[in-house]
Amino acid sequence: MSVLETGSILTGNRLRDGAVVYLDRTGNWTMSIDTAAVALEKAAEAALIRHGEAAVRNNLVTEAYLVAVTRENGTVIPRDRRERIRHTGPTVVYRAGTPLLIAAE
Amino acid sequence: MYRYDEFDARFVADRAAQFRDQAERRLAGELTEDEFKPFRLMNGLYLQLHAYMLRVAIPYGTLSSRQMEKLAEIAERFDRGYGHFTTRQNIQYNWIKLDAAADILDALAEVDMHAIQTSGNCIRNVTTDHWAGAAVNELADPRPVAELLRQWSSLHPEFSFLPRKFKIAVTGAPADRAAVKVHDIGLRLHLNGSGERGWEVIVGGGQGRTPVIGITVRDFLPESELLGYLEAIMRVYNLHGRRDNKYKARIKILVRELGTEEFSRQVEEEYARQARPRAELDARELARIAAYFAPPAFEDLPRVSTTLENARLDNREFARWLKVNTAPHRQPGYAIVNISLKPAGGIPGDATADEMRAVAALARQFSFDELRVSHHQNLVLPHVKQDDLFAVWQALKDAGLATANVGLASDIIACPGLDYCALATARSIPVAQGLSRRFADLDRQQAIGPLRINISGCINACGHHHVGHIGILGLEKKGEEFYQITIGGSSSEDAAIGSIVGPGFAADEVPDAIERIVETYLELRLSPEETFIAAVKRLGSTPFKERLYATAEGR
Repeated sequence: MSVLETGSILTGNRLRDGAVVYLDRTGNWTMSIDTAAVALEKAAEAALIRHGEAAVRNNLVTEAYLVAVTRENGTVIPRDRRERIRHTGPTVVYRAGTPLLIAAE
Repeated sequence: MYRYDEFDARFVADRAAQFRDQAERRLAGELTEDEFKPFRLMNGLYLQLHAYMLRVAIPYGTLSSRQMEKLAEIAERFDRGYGHFTTRQNIQYNWIKLDAAADILDALAEVDMHAIQTSGNCIRNVTTDHWAGAAVNELADPRPVAELLRQWSSLHPEFSFLPRKFKIAVTGAPADRAAVKVHDIGLRLHLNGSGERGWEVIVGGGQGRTPVIGITVRDFLPESELLGYLEAIMRVYNLHGRRDNKYKARIKILVRELGTEEFSRQVEEEYARQARPRAELDARELARIAAYFAPPAFEDLPRVSTTLENARLDNREFARWLKVNTAPHRQPGYAIVNISLKPAGGIPGDATADEMRAVAALARQFSFDELRVSHHQNLVLPHVKQDDLFAVWQALKDAGLATANVGLASDIIACPGLDYCALATARSIPVAQGLSRRFADLDRQQAIGPLRINISGCINACGHHHVGHIGILGLEKKGEEFYQITIGGSSSEDAAIGSIVGPGFAADEVPDAIERIVETYLELRLSPEETFIAAVKRLGSTPFKERLYATAEGR
């Protein structure tokens, strides 16, 4: 039976290329939102924020902030439209026949 | 076209080298983001939703073929194969990597281009009429003055840290295609009885969250006094502009708070304090610059081309494009070609590298190596022989660039909106795409006639919604995007701010809402000659509101 959880994940833009990244459960920054560490309670959120501040100090990301998400069956979805678009990329395809997305690094 | 001298070239190359050092120090962790951000913004490098975005200056929207080819090369080498032409005649790249940004500035410097003053609280890229030097009713080419202003304002130490960004637009024609009344300073050329040039100086116009039509502080400022007078305006603004509140920091707020009379008095007082001899110097410099903008070597041709007439009669599709996308040229036998970057369902202002190259090649072969970017987010071949128009059209058709909709319903201005922009509150592009598909029928667009639909994805109004005949502003409430519609705006010589018709609409309701407004116009216009904007001015917004909300459920 699927369980719907609500919580927060930590996101930022990677310094080198501005790519949207998330802090994962192993403490690495990843482009895969489903592997992001989801904080389900305040204490965990505070830990994420501390991790984010360190990542900014260490120049891994330009800034780091929490994003409200839901998680169901391992799929993490931001609740806010802006963050959903940040994750999926533009909702428009450039032009018919023109490849828009390059392989994620 | 203006060519960089040794000083310009060295300066731009030095600036690129300086940025390379700054970016390297940032990547090495020697600079924090707070320290680095002002440096990157001074070079047009923003951080948007998905990546860094680089905004490249295209001074007064004029490009050579070589420069356009370089923009194409940058799109391919450093981005995802396309770029976005903006409402300030610039180009933006959406997928830039910080570690490549300095290489891009080097590439730009190779063709006398840069990204300086495309961000920050300084005097931004000076914009002008995209038909400059070609328009049939033009009094004089405004680009020498625009270039003079560019040189004057580039890294002007006194005006590099203004209370807020500052935008100047210039027009040399009575028909205002540069939106001079909605800029911080707008300049409009007039000639007196003796044929001498004077500039109407309009101050305090603007869009954003507080849209204002500028006020005229001088009706006829002698050309040689321009820089001195503008300097006086800038000084009054620099001294009294509200640095304490970002939302009140533009000059339009200062003009409003001081009142027109007091603002003018202070400017005149400041101007009177200046030393006089500089006027002569400025006039000499302007004459030097003007030589770069001498008209190209036009051929002596008959006013009407028989080749063109025959092609027009033979091909209806070409005839339509000719009627809609070309404009008369001041030189007999020539025409202005407007290239639409608004195909049905396309992204307004976007062009692929291949499209940029195709246009560059056409400019080289048919338009004296020159092209323009319009603030409507289209491109222009300013000087094409009428004899060549059919060949140009065929090449544009092959490149997918022959949509005959310039100035019509699907020639929509749209900012990048929430698909790219970190400031946006709602998406603009999908709304523009929905509308351009809805109005894709070219026969119908022609029947509707001139219509400007402008869309912004937030109150900052980069999509010029306030001055659209129909304006659409994307907002967000309780997590949902909704769109507020205005009608009656104009950015031309009859400039006006549109008025809000009523409650907003969901994105998927927008095409029907616009359709109802257009249908109302078609029913109520006196004749097909009465344009949409003329009908709105005559009728007011009430009949449109009534019809719009009679069947719609606004929210």
